[in-house]
Amino acid sequence: MTVEDLRELAEKEQARQAEYEHRILYCSSAGCVSSGCDAVKNELKKAIGELGLSKKCEMIGTGCLGLCGEGPLVFVHSDPTLYQHVDATVARRIVEEHIGQGKKVKENEIDLNDPFFASQKKIVLENMGKINAESIEEYIAADGYEALAKALTEMVPEEVISEIRKAGLRGRGGAGYPTGLKWDIVRKGVADQKYIVCNADEGDPGAFMDRSVLEGDPHRVLEGMAIAGYAVGANQGFIYVRAEYPLAIDRLKTAIKQAERFGLLGNGIFESHFNFRIDIRIGAGAFVCGEETALLRSVMGRRGRPKVRPPYPSEKGLWDKPTVINNVETYANVAPILRNGSGWFAAIGTQKSPGTKVFAIAGNVKRPGLIEVPMGIALRKIVFDIGGGTPEGTTFKAAQAGGPSGGCIPTEHLDIPVDYESLQTVGAMMGSGGMIVIDNTSNMVEVAKYFSEFCMDESCGKCIPCRVGTKHIYMMLDKIVKGEATENDFELLKELCVMVKETSLCGLGQSAPNGVLSTVRFFKDEYLSKLKKSSEGNTHLNESSSVPVVKEA
Amino acid sequence: MSVITFTIDGEQYSAKEGDTILQVARDNKIPIPTLCYLEGLSTFGACRLCVVEIEGSQKLFPACTTKPTESMIVHTNTVKLKKYRKMIVELLASEGNHQCAVCVVNGHCELQDLAYEVELDHVRFPYLFPKKSLDATHKDFVIDRNRCVLCTRCVRVCHEVEAAHVWDIAGRGIDCEIIADLNQPWGTSPSCTSCGKCVRVCPTGALFDKGAAVGEMQKESGFIKFIVNARNKHEWVRTAHEEE
Ligand SMILES: Cc1cc2nc3c(=O)[nH]c(=O)nc-3n(C[C@H](O)[C@H](O)[C@H](O)COP(=O)(O)O)c2cc1C
Ligand code: SF4
Ligand code: SF4
Ligand code: SF4
Ligand code: FES
Ligand code: FES
Repeated sequence: MTVEDLRELAEKEQARQAEYEHRILYCSSAGCVSSGCDAVKNELKKAIGELGLSKKCEMIGTGCLGLCGEGPLVFVHSDPTLYQHVDATVARRIVEEHIGQGKKVKENEIDLNDPFFASQKKIVLENMGKINAESIEEYIAADGYEALAKALTEMVPEEVISEIRKAGLRGRGGAGYPTGLKWDIVRKGVADQKYIVCNADEGDPGAFMDRSVLEGDPHRVLEGMAIAGYAVGANQGFIYVRAEYPLAIDRLKTAIKQAERFGLLGNGIFESHFNFRIDIRIGAGAFVCGEETALLRSVMGRRGRPKVRPPYPSEKGLWDKPTVINNVETYANVAPILRNGSGWFAAIGTQKSPGTKVFAIAGNVKRPGLIEVPMGIALRKIVFDIGGGTPEGTTFKAAQAGGPSGGCIPTEHLDIPVDYESLQTVGAMMGSGGMIVIDNTSNMVEVAKYFSEFCMDESCGKCIPCRVGTKHIYMMLDKIVKGEATENDFELLKELCVMVKETSLCGLGQSAPNGVLSTVRFFKDEYLSKLKKSSEGNTHLNESSSVPVVKEA
Repeated sequence: MSVITFTIDGEQYSAKEGDTILQVARDNKIPIPTLCYLEGLSTFGACRLCVVEIEGSQKLFPACTTKPTESMIVHTNTVKLKKYRKMIVELLASEGNHQCAVCVVNGHCELQDLAYEVELDHVRFPYLFPKKSLDATHKDFVIDRNRCVLCTRCVRVCHEVEAAHVWDIAGRGIDCEIIADLNQPWGTSPSCTSCGKCVRVCPTGALFDKGAAVGEMQKESGFIKFIVNARNKHEWVRTAHEEE
């Protein structure tokens, strides 16, 4: 395939789409699959056939449309209309009334001027609701693989890295490490073989950002990885996806096959000397395997356990070779940056955190779903304008950002800008984009207990502070929740949390106590109200302890 | 080979390239507690007892895996480090079933030594009393998982030195356990060469030679009576009762 071939393909596909007066896109992502989009699809198809509209109207499955809580969703592209809660009856009415007679089905229409849509900015999710998730032609018609073509035919690898650096792209997997810098280190490493790895382990409870990207726009990730391969001099990529994402795995497999067939993966891509292959590795669903050193060991078929860094993967990664490991969303940003230029990207978001961030909002919120917002947006906007606030009759209490190891942000910090540094100042973190809204019906000690149970269960057990520490943290929280703990227990809990945070080997242990520390910081009263008054003696010692005790000085 | 100069606890030391902070400290008799580290084996960096502070960084670094850089300033014995190390030993004590009085290595145990070193006088966390198994199927050795601190010295020595790779870890978090082969009785392991290396390097009483355990020693008091009787009366017959 040459660049001209690519453009020709794009034009052909655009012309094909233009033949239809209407394009009906139903959401075919996992959220809507579970709320019944298969029945909707069948009914749409049947109705289109029965009414003889198949020349006029095309129906396709697309990526997540965002309002997953209101699914199944259907989008009519020609005069943009989004329908919620679509069942077979509504599906038929959409075809009969909207397509057939030009009358919208008012009852199920969602206002597209709603702040839910207006406050968003789509880069990573730009193709959701636009293209068929399983068609490489449609991806190409939406400028797909243009960036790879540009890199291979117009840029030397150093220029690609310099563009990514100038754009200021930072890792979306949590830590926010500058992507260009990471690539540069791997580029400069001297080795006969280098690797590109995509971290699609996404283990945070309630998070589905990466899954949605893989399900709705898999080629975007493949393109980003291929560009990274060219930039650093790697010819092999691995995508590590968790086994719990069967649909994402299917779509990736299809996408890889299509790209190979079109010569967009494989040998001599765009008639250059660049070869690049991508293989899928399926993870068995351990949260810790999202940690990069554990993930790489798992890719190599070993036990997924973190190891001490340095050496970092960029120096010694897969089979001790220099390896780039980036998150799904990080790769998804690469093609648009090369297509539109680093200046365009750097102008979005904030100076230190350019671009956008995808969040999965869940919890006590009216409109849970998948959103993409410019970095630096006020948390208030996410919770209230986009999420619609907490359910009727309840009030907002906190937003939990950063997954199980993140922190809770209370009302007084609602105006905080959502970017890497700001979130850290309030003890939370960007994480990979999970956001759970908590209202006044929840107790914060129980929230902390829930997250610490998750961390305890997911500890790999390698280092002592995390293995044993998370167990005791959980037990102490349980004791507090049951009203059996004393002030001494509470003091010991705080001491233990700080120790586990500072001495653990990997990010899991280092951040496991965050949930407790941040709720202690902002909701101390909820802890204190559950404590027993310290009576005499060493009540903080377990009664079953058979060891003679000496009171601590 | 270049030489690096850096500071530990206010004194200047030099290090060869590739040396770790721990190696330099050991060479110069600066005490840093360790557990998973064992000279000759690969580093594991997991017990976190050897953590030190390095000026200019908020993080703590394991001395056993961290290499000094020129002019680095290391502190090995601050109030904070002492507190954390003590807490780590406390956690270990609460995790297993360490009844020292009846343990084969009582008095020769690295966990006990550590407890003395960090001045552990009591444990503030509830004991977990886990139900762990003991495997005495091997003809020469026993593994008692109740006393295992999961340092993986046995795993590493068997893999790296004996090249048999009998041991590995199963489970995760607090449920981690050392297993032989694919979780088979040690005695049936076709890969074990019975070299005994794992037993020698285990820091606690988790791995030991058969016959060494308290209670395993055979006592026989009846034979004294037999000997005295034989000498005095020249009767060399044991009664059924004496033979019991
Ligand atoms: C316990 C733990 C779990 C993690 N899980 C993920 C994950 O699911 N997905 C991810 O992209 N990064 C995860 N990370 C972060 C990775 O270690 C790594 O920083 C990231 O993949 C780097 O990619 P980036 O620079 O593009 O963010 C996790 C880290 C830790 C400590
Ligand atoms: S911090 Fe937890 S997950 Fe990370 S290495 Fe230690 S035990 Fe394993
Ligand atoms: S006795 Fe030797 S071969 Fe057997 S488990 Fe121990 S170290 Fe491995
Ligand atoms: S059996 Fe001994 S050497 Fe092996 S991990 Fe346990 S304590 Fe360490
Ligand atoms: S899964 Fe259908 S809208 Fe998100
Ligand atoms: S001796 Fe350094 S971490 Fe165990």
